[in-house]
Amino acid sequence: MKLGLVIDTDTCVGCHACVVACKQWNTSGTLGPLTDYQPYGKEPSGVAFNRVRTYEVDTYPNNKTINMPMSCMHCETADCVTVCPTGASFKRAEDGIVLVDQDKCMGCNLCAWACPYGARELDEAVGTMKKCTLCVDRIYDEQLPEAERQPACVITCPTSARTFGDLDDPDSQVSRLVRERNGYQSMPELGYNPVNHYLPPRHKPHAETTPGASLPSLTERFKSWLDKAVVR
Amino acid sequence: MKNKVLQMLFAPNGAAPSAEAAAAQELPSFEDHSAQEKRHTTCYMCACRCGIEVTVEDNQVRFIRGNPDHPINKGVLCAKGNAGIMKQMSPAKLRNPLMRKPGTERGEGEFVEVSWDEALEHLTERLREIRATDPKKLAFFTGRDQMQALTGLWAQQFGTINWAAHGGFCSVNMAAAGLYSIGQSFWEFGDPDWDRAKYFMLWGVAEDHASNPIKIGIEKLKRRGAKFVAVNPVRTGYQAVADEWVPIRPGTDGMLALAMCHVLLSRDLVDWDYLGRYTNAPFLVIDNPGQGDDGLIARDDEDQPLVFDAASGTFVDGMTPGVQAALFGEYTLPDGRRTRTVMSLIAEKYLDPQYAPEKAAEVCGLPAETIERLALEMAHVAFKESIEIECEWTDWAGRKHDRFIGRPVAMHAMRGISAHSNGFQTCRALHLLQVFLGTIDVPGGHRAKAPFPRHTPPPIKPARDTAPNTPLSAPPLGFPTSPEDLVVDDQGRPLRIDKAYSWEAPLANHGLMHMVITNAVNGDPYPIDTLILFMANMAWNSTMNTNSVQDMLRAKDDEGHYKLPFLVVVDAFHSETVNFADLVLPDTTYLERHDAISMLDRPISEPDSPCDSVRVPVLEPDRNVRPWQEVMVDLAGRLGFPAFVDEQGQPKYEGYTDFITRWEKAPGIGFLAGWRGENGDQHMRGAPNPNQWDRYKENGGFFQYHLPEHMRFYRFANRDYLEWAKEVGFNPSSKPIVMELYSEVLQKFRLAGQGLYDGPLPPESVDRERLAHYFDPLPQYYVPLEEQRVDAKRYPFHAINQRPMHMYHSWDSQNAWLRQITSQNYLFMNRARGERLGIEDKSWVWVESHNGRIRAQIKLMEGCQEDTVWTWNAIGKQSGAWGLSPDAPESKRGFLMNHLISELLPAADDERRLTNSDPVTGQAAWYDLQVSITPAEPEEAGSSWPHFDTVKPLPGAPTPPDQLRYQTHEAVPLRRSFLDIIKRR
Repeated sequence: MKLGLVIDTDTCVGCHACVVACKQWNTSGTLGPLTDYQPYGKEPSGVAFNRVRTYEVDTYPNNKTINMPMSCMHCETADCVTVCPTGASFKRAEDGIVLVDQDKCMGCNLCAWACPYGARELDEAVGTMKKCTLCVDRIYDEQLPEAERQPACVITCPTSARTFGDLDDPDSQVSRLVRERNGYQSMPELGYNPVNHYLPPRHKPHAETTPGASLPSLTERFKSWLDKAVVR
Repeated sequence: MKNKVLQMLFAPNGAAPSAEAAAAQELPSFEDHSAQEKRHTTCYMCACRCGIEVTVEDNQVRFIRGNPDHPINKGVLCAKGNAGIMKQMSPAKLRNPLMRKPGTERGEGEFVEVSWDEALEHLTERLREIRATDPKKLAFFTGRDQMQALTGLWAQQFGTINWAAHGGFCSVNMAAAGLYSIGQSFWEFGDPDWDRAKYFMLWGVAEDHASNPIKIGIEKLKRRGAKFVAVNPVRTGYQAVADEWVPIRPGTDGMLALAMCHVLLSRDLVDWDYLGRYTNAPFLVIDNPGQGDDGLIARDDEDQPLVFDAASGTFVDGMTPGVQAALFGEYTLPDGRRTRTVMSLIAEKYLDPQYAPEKAAEVCGLPAETIERLALEMAHVAFKESIEIECEWTDWAGRKHDRFIGRPVAMHAMRGISAHSNGFQTCRALHLLQVFLGTIDVPGGHRAKAPFPRHTPPPIKPARDTAPNTPLSAPPLGFPTSPEDLVVDDQGRPLRIDKAYSWEAPLANHGLMHMVITNAVNGDPYPIDTLILFMANMAWNSTMNTNSVQDMLRAKDDEGHYKLPFLVVVDAFHSETVNFADLVLPDTTYLERHDAISMLDRPISEPDSPCDSVRVPVLEPDRNVRPWQEVMVDLAGRLGFPAFVDEQGQPKYEGYTDFITRWEKAPGIGFLAGWRGENGDQHMRGAPNPNQWDRYKENGGFFQYHLPEHMRFYRFANRDYLEWAKEVGFNPSSKPIVMELYSEVLQKFRLAGQGLYDGPLPPESVDRERLAHYFDPLPQYYVPLEEQRVDAKRYPFHAINQRPMHMYHSWDSQNAWLRQITSQNYLFMNRARGERLGIEDKSWVWVESHNGRIRAQIKLMEGCQEDTVWTWNAIGKQSGAWGLSPDAPESKRGFLMNHLISELLPAADDERRLTNSDPVTGQAAWYDLQVSITPAEPEEAGSSWPHFDTVKPLPGAPTPPDQLRYQTHEAVPLRRSFLDIIKRR
């Protein structure tokens, strides 16, 4: 099983709902709390497993705005795991989720340097590395109704831009989306083989025009209407 | 549990039998669900009012998620809603009633804590005196409250006409234009048919109106392959995912819409049957220039509008079913007066070359071909891809139809349209375009939400007269239909403190909150005694001209008395305005109170289903705070308002929830429509149900009434719907709702401006000119008023603002999680334009308007129209306010554009200074601002300007923590075994 996310950049409006849902779930979750630094001060920041990056493509007036929510890609070739000197970082064999054992992490930052996606977050208050767990504490919680056994970022997404599932299963919704919508990996050339995929913007639907009935002049147009009556 | 974890961690790896089963066995139990409780209530992190499920653990919030059953958000939740925990944790929460410290000056921020008894006794005495002498000396204005039905009732019972909510500086142009034209509007009044539309045009919508409903809707459209066109000077937010972005010059949308109307007319692409049957297009307009009846609708002896019956060649009542009404032509009435049909006037006006795409291209800064193409694309969808829903329905005249015909072109518009001084007419232009395409309340089009549609306009007139100890005879706000309805005295002078319904703003249906402080301090039209502000940051981001308004709040007369004698601020947080209060009444947060989100108020209905909802407390307050609605019911009892006391003059209601349960507007109609009747078995109308709140709680906090299919479309003319709407109290009559393309109401005011109206006339020439120019009975485009008065060469940029999707006003820019996303606003401008001016990305600039100047930091971007600069509103804060540290970037580097915006138009040769508002509705013209941009000196870089003194902390305020480690229970960790480490290498 390869659990992961498929994120639709055709509908992502960059609203940050997923960012904050992730924060509120995970701060009381298995890696919690997610420390906030200077929450009311000069440089507010904090541990967040998911961040939205916004880019502009092309130039005015043909520019397009793309929102890219980014979190751990749960790579198949997870160098963040390989480089971990203590064995704290691991990729679960059964579902591919990359996790960090907080008791073994010494906060050396090697994994953060190894990760090209910026997915690793050092919690400076405790000196350990934290990261997206795919809400492992939700997705397997059988006391939650089945529909809720999904990552917090997925259930909250107002534009349904996030889909969670097994990328190993060709019949899963995530696999179908990747197939049908030309899903792609972020920076595949780096060779980490990310499990998460992105869907590109859909092609602009072809909009037809109706020419209507042009007349040589607007006076003619007026004349054409003179006898027009409607039933009230 | 622990043993199990250890055991499983040492289990050998390899091919797990079933991954899920293995995982389930292997993982610990992360949450102790038995220690948690899930409660349903309504979000209040913005104005959408989504349903939420709050998981509470030890009187703390574990998690807030969208309620999947809720009609508004269907389970999803935006960034704001997800940040509710940090709203609750805010160190800026008010904790106790406060009074300005004796001997200190207003605005110094010195307060003493007082008890509720002391605070309310003091306030009651003051209000009792005002009410017994001149009730309008109390002005009560509310911000983003969701209980205007209650605050309005309270003001009416008090007897003051000086009440309104924030609509006058938000979107009254949109609301008024819709209600005077089509009986509904955008936003809370109607929705695009997200499930059926094939073409969607979004006009001037910032990132928050609405939040989740639009996001859900846009995804549906895109999934179905509908085209999404965004008309907006800025490409952020929703515009990011638009299939086509139309970067329009601010304030010119009316021209664009009318040019599209020109294209449709010139190509004969108009839904004639729809226009002829459901609008006033065939009505006859008297053509009698220079006379008092010029431009009025010709009427019969019963005051019914006349049409020319092409079949009989006679003039007949235009509401006669089946009449063959001529749409075009000139007709002479039996009394000799000449008339023309409304449609003739429309065609003549918009076929004129001044509305041709080539002309609009110059005004809007868009290619003429684009304007024409967009119009023809919409026409294609409306007429070549129309949809039909087979369903028998009966029209107002009793005629049966076997289907609903749908024109699947939908639109939504918001503050980018309404916050200009030409916004009322712009919004009318959009509705004209919609009606040409036949898209109002049809499948695939723009559909009303109960209690809309209402009659054009709803038959409620604003109260005018006040008397001591006497409730108003009508609500303070209503819909004038002629100059007789204005709230002015015999000399034509304004009677309301905000000058709403005066000659300066005749259709000010939501009041002019942005003028209250200025007018009260100037004693114009008269001084007041007490101003109560609820949830409105009127000394900062919700006011124009912030710096001057702060000075006004401190201003004293020659005898040393404050010109605004007493300011009461009701809020849950330490805003900049709290700092100026004489009395502070601390409100609860949204998670700590009851609320009724009523159909008597701003509804949360969906097109297919009238809905209302409640808030219920999910947390116990840990401070000495009270919900304002409880305090209002308490005050109403103390002051003896007739609706709130019994025969003995004793308070009739135990509190807010009791009031909501038992109060009836009319027999059987109360605040909440669900589970009425003594046994809770009646909906929409029925006797009060003592257990109504419980029933709402059982149903997840909301009530949804599903309209039968035959009552879901064409409701303006749908007999069964209209009769039902009357029965449940939405409308006083079941007559059909005629869409007014031509507004006779506007024409009456225009006649008054021309000195021809047979009734009250404006005494001052400036009003006469404005009425004559801007009260065109047909939608028109004109250059926004500030732009007319300032030198375009000196101030070449349009300056506008919007809120980021993750923040709603100052409420959320204080939020510890949300300010990690944005804690400083920039001034955004078009990259190429900036580079031509030698302005570099991230450099600091001076931004100057006719009203003053500010210093701000620039960000260059592609997605910004070339003549436009813009910023995020309400990020900038006064140092020390909202529980933020004095060196927070919000106050040091962030800025308010408000300093540049005057509440008054630049002076001209008028008899008096005029409000910077739409001349029809008084809507605050926030987005008319014109500015210049010049680079700042190098030594000026690094901080914004102006600077303000640091607001002092309030008594008892906690010291904001340097670090937050929020969690509701200790984390249950996931551990990896050494064996596992070894085996996997």
